[in-house]
Amino acid sequence: MADTDNYQHIGKNFVPPDVVGKVTGRAKYTADMSVDGMLYARMYVSPIPHGRVTHLDLSESLALDGVFGALTADDVSPANSADRTILTNEPMYVGEPIFAIAAVDERTAENAIALARITIEPLPFEVDPLSSLQAGGANAHSGGNIYVGGQEGGLKELKWSEQELQNFINQQAMPDEAINEWHYGSLEQGFADASVVIEEPFVTSGYAHMCMEPRSTLAYWQNGKCIVYGSTQSQSFVLPYLAGMLGIELKDLVYIGENCGGGFGSKIGPYPSMAIPVFLSKKIGRAVMLRVTREEEYYIGTARVGFQGRVKIGFKSDGSVSAVDLFIVQDIGSHSGGGDASSAGGAISILYQPQAMRFRGVPVLTNTTPRGAQRGPGQNQIAAVMGPIMDVAARQLNMDRVEIRRINAPDSDSRIGGKQGPVTSAYMKQALDLGARMFDWDKKRAEKTASTTHKVIGLGIGQGYHSAGAKGFDGLVRLTPDGKIHLHSGVGNLGTYSYASTTRSAAEVLKCSWENCVLEYGSSEASLPWSSYQAGSNTSFTHSRANYAAASNALEKIKQIAAMVLGGTSAEYDVARERVFNISTPSKSMSYAQVAQKAIDLGGEYSGASYPDDIHPVTQIAVQQIAGSGLIGVAKDKLPQEGTVPGLAVCYMQIELDTETGKYEILDHVAIAECGTVVHPQGLYNQMSGGAVWGIGLAGYERHAYDSQNGLPANVGFYQCKPPTYLDTPLEIKVGAVDIADPQSPYGIRGIGEPAMGCASAALMSALSDALDGQLFNQSPVTADMIINLVRGELDAENTSGVAFNPQMKAHSF
Amino acid sequence: MSAFDVMSDTELYQPVTVEDAVVLASRLAENAWLVAGGQDTYGWLKDRAKNTQAMIELSRIPELSGIKRSASGIEIGATTTLTEIANSKLIQQLIPLLGEAAQHVASPQIRNVGSIAGNIAQDTRCWYYRRGLSCYRAGGNLCYADTPEGMNREHCLFGASRCVAVSPSDTAPALVALGATIVIADSSGNHTIAAEDFFVGPDIDITRMNILKPGQIIVSIHIPADPEINVRHYFEKVADRNVWDFALVNIAVSLEMQAGKITKARFVCAGVDCKPYRLKEVERYCENKAAGSETAEGAARLAAKGAVPLNHNHFKIALMQNLVRRALRG
Repeated sequence: MADTDNYQHIGKNFVPPDVVGKVTGRAKYTADMSVDGMLYARMYVSPIPHGRVTHLDLSESLALDGVFGALTADDVSPANSADRTILTNEPMYVGEPIFAIAAVDERTAENAIALARITIEPLPFEVDPLSSLQAGGANAHSGGNIYVGGQEGGLKELKWSEQELQNFINQQAMPDEAINEWHYGSLEQGFADASVVIEEPFVTSGYAHMCMEPRSTLAYWQNGKCIVYGSTQSQSFVLPYLAGMLGIELKDLVYIGENCGGGFGSKIGPYPSMAIPVFLSKKIGRAVMLRVTREEEYYIGTARVGFQGRVKIGFKSDGSVSAVDLFIVQDIGSHSGGGDASSAGGAISILYQPQAMRFRGVPVLTNTTPRGAQRGPGQNQIAAVMGPIMDVAARQLNMDRVEIRRINAPDSDSRIGGKQGPVTSAYMKQALDLGARMFDWDKKRAEKTASTTHKVIGLGIGQGYHSAGAKGFDGLVRLTPDGKIHLHSGVGNLGTYSYASTTRSAAEVLKCSWENCVLEYGSSEASLPWSSYQAGSNTSFTHSRANYAAASNALEKIKQIAAMVLGGTSAEYDVARERVFNISTPSKSMSYAQVAQKAIDLGGEYSGASYPDDIHPVTQIAVQQIAGSGLIGVAKDKLPQEGTVPGLAVCYMQIELDTETGKYEILDHVAIAECGTVVHPQGLYNQMSGGAVWGIGLAGYERHAYDSQNGLPANVGFYQCKPPTYLDTPLEIKVGAVDIADPQSPYGIRGIGEPAMGCASAALMSALSDALDGQLFNQSPVTADMIINLVRGELDAENTSGVAFNPQMKAHSF
Repeated sequence: MSAFDVMSDTELYQPVTVEDAVVLASRLAENAWLVAGGQDTYGWLKDRAKNTQAMIELSRIPELSGIKRSASGIEIGATTTLTEIANSKLIQQLIPLLGEAAQHVASPQIRNVGSIAGNIAQDTRCWYYRRGLSCYRAGGNLCYADTPEGMNREHCLFGASRCVAVSPSDTAPALVALGATIVIADSSGNHTIAAEDFFVGPDIDITRMNILKPGQIIVSIHIPADPEINVRHYFEKVADRNVWDFALVNIAVSLEMQAGKITKARFVCAGVDCKPYRLKEVERYCENKAAGSETAEGAARLAAKGAVPLNHNHFKIALMQNLVRRALRG
């Protein structure tokens, strides 16, 4: 266990400052904001999946009373290659914005839209990746059907021969050509060493992020500055990219993102629609609010990448994985984005430590909603695939299902990915063991007997992984003469409370009471340092380090000032209870308030009049804003760090499945975090529980449904998209944590967000398979109709592949 | 069609008596839209997939709301909310089938405002139709769902006639199973019709789900209930989610029992036909048989007889069979 007993803040619960507002409804989101004279914008979005605007006449729209202006694709810069654009004359999916109108209210704006005269010439489209790969299949873009990332990348065309396609669909052979590839070790040797080889196809559905708060934006211009209220996961990270998108200087942008009603990967940074009210406001000269509707959120809000793939895995007789060959066709939607497939490969490489592995991927563009990162992008889809496959291997090797996972579990000497780089630390075996104890695996397994009724029990185990940390970002703290300690957090308030919990590191260093700390966050006017993006489970590791660095800088300055005022050297001083004191003569001391005043008097680096050269321009602006107001501690995180920071999680699940209805109840659910030192126990519980619900959604409920004939999305509302409800999830989710400190974090902290979901997905898939005598669905989500079909042993007319799987129809079908 | 989210301009009428409502409905005829809870209204109007010149709000008419004992059973006002029905002790005592069905509609928030009349008279949830596409039901000349590539997992097994949409209601099959009657008012007075005859399929009228014509208003629903008759009720809804979802298939069953045998049976499913679908062969099979596993197996075999599945809804056949089995097995 991490030794947090001696910590004042780390490992202790606290109430982040936004909690009360959120539970009382007083918290303000962008759509709640109002500015005098504010106009409202509404968008016209494409009704067809691919087309070219050949005629657009807005004269009647603009003549309508109350209409103040319009913005079209001709008013904004075109996007590069396959990147998403603000407005377009060649929509690539149903729902892509084409023009926007600003008016006194939304009703008038929509009435104006209804008066627009627009002609869109239909172009070929495709919503299914495999159909696009087929010779003669349509390309989503006129420039190709494949998007290759990187500087040498761009749009390309890839077509498979009919034989290759049929081989892939019918599980005969993997295709020869891939776009992305990495490997290590000898696959040939790995499979030769294997006692058991399992080869399975799989499909995982794309689906929306389901943000409760649609991505609304309010913008206006004041005294040469552009003020933008938005809904983003990140705060400081947004600034340079938004400024770039708007074509303005960083110093001329004020960005306020105090609360974010859910982003889940879709609001990591600025998104194209943010620019619409900004440009309309500039054109018209009044503030403009764009409240994105629920339906539009499903169009422009991005979605998870869907997979259609095959995996071949070799197991030695002792259960260890000797080789993995993974091929994934990924549906990346209408625009660039989605590195999920390679990440899926990386997750397999660490979770199961194969002796040799090859990953190959083909990212295919489709005329469906744009894709982007969604919690555990790639890692969580593949977790759901791998859960039941590991169970098959255990059965074939006559091993316990926990044991086969223990044998392959990563530890601190483990390696990851194609380059087989190191990890900072890993304790997956301990997580599996803790989970098995909390779940009472041995007892439940022993009690599980063959059912003689339509109610059957299934036991599932899942593992999740995501990289969970980065380095090199900035921290900023400030002591003011009123005795307050201002903790400036550039971390966005995405709902995990990491914007607050990471500052606990600074409070720990400065040994101050939390009550005397003032958390500065949520607006660039609050003088916030440069931050990593708030995604990828990385904030806890990354910004507990940055805060540590800034607080350490402040601490050194505090001691130096004490030495100047009270005599001696800084090494002779320590701090406690917001005072700095001489270690040998404690009566020689100064309060933080006195130190802050002295820092102002001294100026220079003490007051922020000067600052280190290596801090980011965003941090430089922040320091300039607060220079002279107290003692400034500011630093870039340059602490040593090598290797991938793994966030790991384990889930055990017991379900009771009704084979007559295809419905099931989760009877027991245990979720274990392996995230180094637990920094905020209540926050961890929330992360693990929220991740579990989402994971249940991936495995059991959520999916895109597109009509392939018309390119139309079927589900553009909450009730159609079916995120799990309170009655679909367990009454209680038991959460545990391994709680062993990571050596590369000052307080041992790693992130956990994403694997909390992946392990639950895998456990549910594993439990469903277990309930049905090991039957694999090879597909997520597994819905009631699929279970009924499987039990009755029949397949729907179109599903002719002979198993409960048909890669031709899965990534976006009912 | 683009994605609208704000209603077009409309007039709003808020009568406080049935008489005034009928006068308004008669005068405005097809230019008016009746609204109570609004749960099947505002989606249409905000999306501008359907528009209206005027709305007549019925929820301010006191006589349209409430649950009371009548000489032959229970009378429920048209705008009585689903929550009131689910929580009614009278209904729980005499016709628990309807209480169960009401309890399974949508979500607590929707049940709190959604009315019983709105629930039975609601339009289909076929997503193509709801999207505003020009399908048969919307006055066009094709069915998007009934094509080789149509997404028709939720669509019908029975009664297809150009349109393959289904009735989404949970309370409608219960009312048909209970032998309810519906009172409809118009300028010529009140008319009573059996619940079973209230609903129409696309072969009768492809643009409507029921017989209500412009100018007509549902006033109340009467459900016969005789405490002296030994009745067994069964309701089950299978949906993807346990709350806030429409049924893939639901079943409402009313069995009159005498000396351990079924003397009269009503089996009704929604989610399989454009109107509540009576399983008449099952009903005939069950009569004079004891409820139990043996009868359940025989009845299950008849449950989906005549079903014509679409590409993606074969599972509904097994689901219907299983639900019949469960209803009789108890």
